[in-house]
Amino acid sequence: MLRLMPRIAMLFACLVALILVFPLRASAQMETPLQDALQTVQPLVASPSRATVPDMLAALIAADAPGTVAFLRAWSDREVYERPEDGLFFFAREGADRALVLIDIDTGEEVGTASSRDMNQIRPNAGVRREVSAALVQFELLNPDPARRIAALESIARSPDAEQVEALQIALEAEEDSGIALRMQRLLDLLNARFATDTATRVDAIEGLRGDISTEARRALNQILQTRSEFGETIAEGANVARIRVPGEDMTLISAYTVLSDAGLAPERPGRNAIRDVLRANVVDGTVGGIPVHQLDTDEARRAAYRALEEAGTVAPLVTQADMEAAVAQYVFYDAYLEADRAVTDAARDALDSTRTRISVWQFVGISIDALSLASIFFLAAIGLAITFGVMRVINMAHGEFIMMGAYTGYVVQTVIPNYTTSLVIALPLAFAVTFAAGVLMERLVIRHLYTRPLETLLATFGISIALQQLAKNIFGTQARPLTAPDWLAGAIQVNDIVSVASIRVAIFVMAIGFLLMLLYILNRTRLGLEVRAVTQNPGMAASMGINPDRINMLTFGLGSGIAGVAGVAIGLVAQVTSEMGANYIVQSFMTVVVGGVGSVFGTLAGATLIGFLQKGIEWFNPANTLAAQTFMVLFIILFIQFRPKGIVALKGRAAGD
Amino acid sequence: MAKTTLAPHRAILISNPSVLWFMGLLGLFTIGVTVLSEGFGIGVISTNLVKILGMTLCLCLIAIAMDVVWGYCGILSLGHFAFFGLGGYAIGMWLMYARTEINIRDSLGRGTIPPTELEVSEAVAAQIFGVVGSSDLPLIWNFAGSLPFQLAMVVLVPGLLALIFGWLAFRSRVTGVYLSILTQAMTLALSLYLFQNDTGLRGNNGLSGLQNIPGFLHVPQSVISMWFFWASAFALGAGYLLFAWVVSGKFGSVIRAIRDNEARVRFLGYNVEGYKLFVFTITAVISGIAGALYYPQAGIINPAEIAPIASIYLAVWVAIGGRGRLYGAVIGAAFVSLLSSWLTGGGAPNIDLGFYRIVWTDWWLVLLGLGFVAVTLFFPKGIGGLFDYLVRKKP
Repeated sequence: MLRLMPRIAMLFACLVALILVFPLRASAQMETPLQDALQTVQPLVASPSRATVPDMLAALIAADAPGTVAFLRAWSDREVYERPEDGLFFFAREGADRALVLIDIDTGEEVGTASSRDMNQIRPNAGVRREVSAALVQFELLNPDPARRIAALESIARSPDAEQVEALQIALEAEEDSGIALRMQRLLDLLNARFATDTATRVDAIEGLRGDISTEARRALNQILQTRSEFGETIAEGANVARIRVPGEDMTLISAYTVLSDAGLAPERPGRNAIRDVLRANVVDGTVGGIPVHQLDTDEARRAAYRALEEAGTVAPLVTQADMEAAVAQYVFYDAYLEADRAVTDAARDALDSTRTRISVWQFVGISIDALSLASIFFLAAIGLAITFGVMRVINMAHGEFIMMGAYTGYVVQTVIPNYTTSLVIALPLAFAVTFAAGVLMERLVIRHLYTRPLETLLATFGISIALQQLAKNIFGTQARPLTAPDWLAGAIQVNDIVSVASIRVAIFVMAIGFLLMLLYILNRTRLGLEVRAVTQNPGMAASMGINPDRINMLTFGLGSGIAGVAGVAIGLVAQVTSEMGANYIVQSFMTVVVGGVGSVFGTLAGATLIGFLQKGIEWFNPANTLAAQTFMVLFIILFIQFRPKGIVALKGRAAGD
Repeated sequence: MAKTTLAPHRAILISNPSVLWFMGLLGLFTIGVTVLSEGFGIGVISTNLVKILGMTLCLCLIAIAMDVVWGYCGILSLGHFAFFGLGGYAIGMWLMYARTEINIRDSLGRGTIPPTELEVSEAVAAQIFGVVGSSDLPLIWNFAGSLPFQLAMVVLVPGLLALIFGWLAFRSRVTGVYLSILTQAMTLALSLYLFQNDTGLRGNNGLSGLQNIPGFLHVPQSVISMWFFWASAFALGAGYLLFAWVVSGKFGSVIRAIRDNEARVRFLGYNVEGYKLFVFTITAVISGIAGALYYPQAGIINPAEIAPIASIYLAVWVAIGGRGRLYGAVIGAAFVSLLSSWLTGGGAPNIDLGFYRIVWTDWWLVLLGLGFVAVTLFFPKGIGGLFDYLVRKKP
């Protein structure tokens, strides 16, 4: 590494010179300046090696022909061909019949074709390419275009290399943009932390990374803290011990012993299978060591037979627990840092520890945002149900199918109108209209006749749900249909390396809030809302006051269904549109309504929030297993209902309805 | 006075002539199938059909249980198929373990040295759980090799689950649609739990090969299918008798009263929760037994069987057959499930309308859904209601 530094610096200086000189000379048009320059170092260009790269670059800089940088890039990407007859270099692209179309390196014009067999592709090896590309990246750091400088920084961050430190330092001194300078400083810290040669620089750099929660910084620190397992009779001289492992506590006795026997420091321990194989190989006249074969169906019998063989000296001795303990006791097992410098590893561990709290705070924030997003989906799915259930005491098992209907409406609109934004704007009200109509129809035809029999409403609406689901399957097929969000909703809002939120989820959250406000307005500030509340509390009294409960019920049911349709469009944007999508939400929606408390918008909000946070919280404990999270959530809800049968927001008095 | 001296079972038969009718028909049906079967008769009915009929008998059994809990006691449980599935899992564990163990002992026994118990159980575990990437035997499989233990589990697991769940639910006076949703939630939780690979029941692979009965691996399926058919018929008969006894007499009157007005029964001094808990638990146990007979005939059980939708279909059968009468449940379950397997199994001819071709596999569920709505709206007594009509006309 050290040996390389001057050479790299020279390379870099050459390139800088190259760039600075070019614009001056660009006007000096010659016939083929680059080709001529290349021909002066023809063998070095045609068959490069790491040792010859600086010479080649020096020669090219001396010639300072235009297009040198682009040529070098292409050259290290193996896009340059040599014609063996005259040694000239060409770019090439694939033409017809696998022939190469040759392109002049100076003018960029096509100058003929050649069979690929007649041309030598120049293949600089990995080492050469690395040197050239490192030099090129560093050159980019001084580019006047800030975007190019940032791209260069990102490129270094992706594959950090000791050789880039010096260039970065030069670039940092020249940098005028404070934002980019900050990033350069951080990258420099990252590189120094890993590659600097003296302890003080490294520790300083690590201090600079303290509290940095980006993945790169944490990766750099973790790389410094890599360990490997070692053992010896004593701890090796100069080893930077991370921790000592006590056999029987931090590692099993058997694994410690296996380490020893693998290293040839202790006799191999015959395991159960090994014992069996040995016995099998030593069967004599139906017995092993004097014990009949058919009795060898317990471990004790097998061990006894093995001992008999051992005494006869035919097999390797059995290793007992005591043997293992004695062998292991002679050695000490420990993990040592690959990094030998204690000060550096201590600083790195400190820095990493200091980020830990901040990381967990950010993780908590991330989970909360996830939970809010999930809660808003649950809220959207459940609020329509809450209205119908709350006002009419009608369980609508087909509610999920209204969600599906809305999503399919969105899909159909998208197939007709290709512009995603326009189609979304049309789909939302259309989905409301379609499901509103379906809801009103269902209320008039079925539910109206079953008001006195709530359990049968549940069953009848379930029948409708089966029929609608299968109908959707017959019409749209079984495969999932896409409902694509417009581009301006497609990205994600990246807060930092830990927290990011998909824009579509933000949009759904906003939509859920919008629905909440709209419903509160309708229920509390409009004539319809007044009548709905009156019918909820006492249908008979409401009727005698001149309110038509049938009409209110119909409109309420339509409203609830319509909201389900709009929710369907929203859910379709984040999940897939299938005929079964409604069924996936129905149970959760009922949970939301029941947990929240029937007949209250705020109850549903509370229920959705509780369930969303609960599910994400449980997932956090066991991230690999979302099924387990759902299981535990349902169990929790069952228990919750035991203690608050009326939900979080329980209606009191006459409004409670019982 | 004479009435009190009658033995209870005779009292049931006399007060419920339908039980006699049912027993007689079931007996005739069993004999008929036996005579026509491949295993013991002239071979008109294929082994596959015998299995379907046997499975249908099991479905009839759980349908009666559902009828008792819903039609008589008014608890619309959307969770009885979970108990059915648990019974199936309990017996399936033994079937799978014992059969695998026989195979393993067979192959290991061919070596020069006999296998140890540990080697056998490790090999069995590796074979059963290899599919979910594990080779350890989960704790719940510790006694899977013991038939009596697993048979006890068939009864105990659904029974205890129903007892605990019912106790929690009834104690806090969860009734009506809330209770339905709660039972559905329980079913959902259970099926989600079983869908996980690390819960020791092979995740979504379920248990398979259950049609092979350990110890009778050489007996042809045509014979085994008849054994299970007889067992299912016997269980259905016994279950019918048990439930006919449960719903007749004073106990039956109390649970019907609970269905019609729970609060009033409570005010009369009855321990409503106790009655409901008893009905819920006993029907769960019977459901478990039905499942234990069903799945060896089906050959495979997986968590999808327990999904909430299955329990809702159960309610559909009972509603179509006619609630509040045991034979109604049997008719509904047999009618709908046989019609379903006829239409979806490709047995029914597709109808070509010229402009559109009605494919029954696509339209059966639409038909069922709408038919169900129609039954709920116009024939709340279901098919069984027709019998009422006939019986009342006769005298």
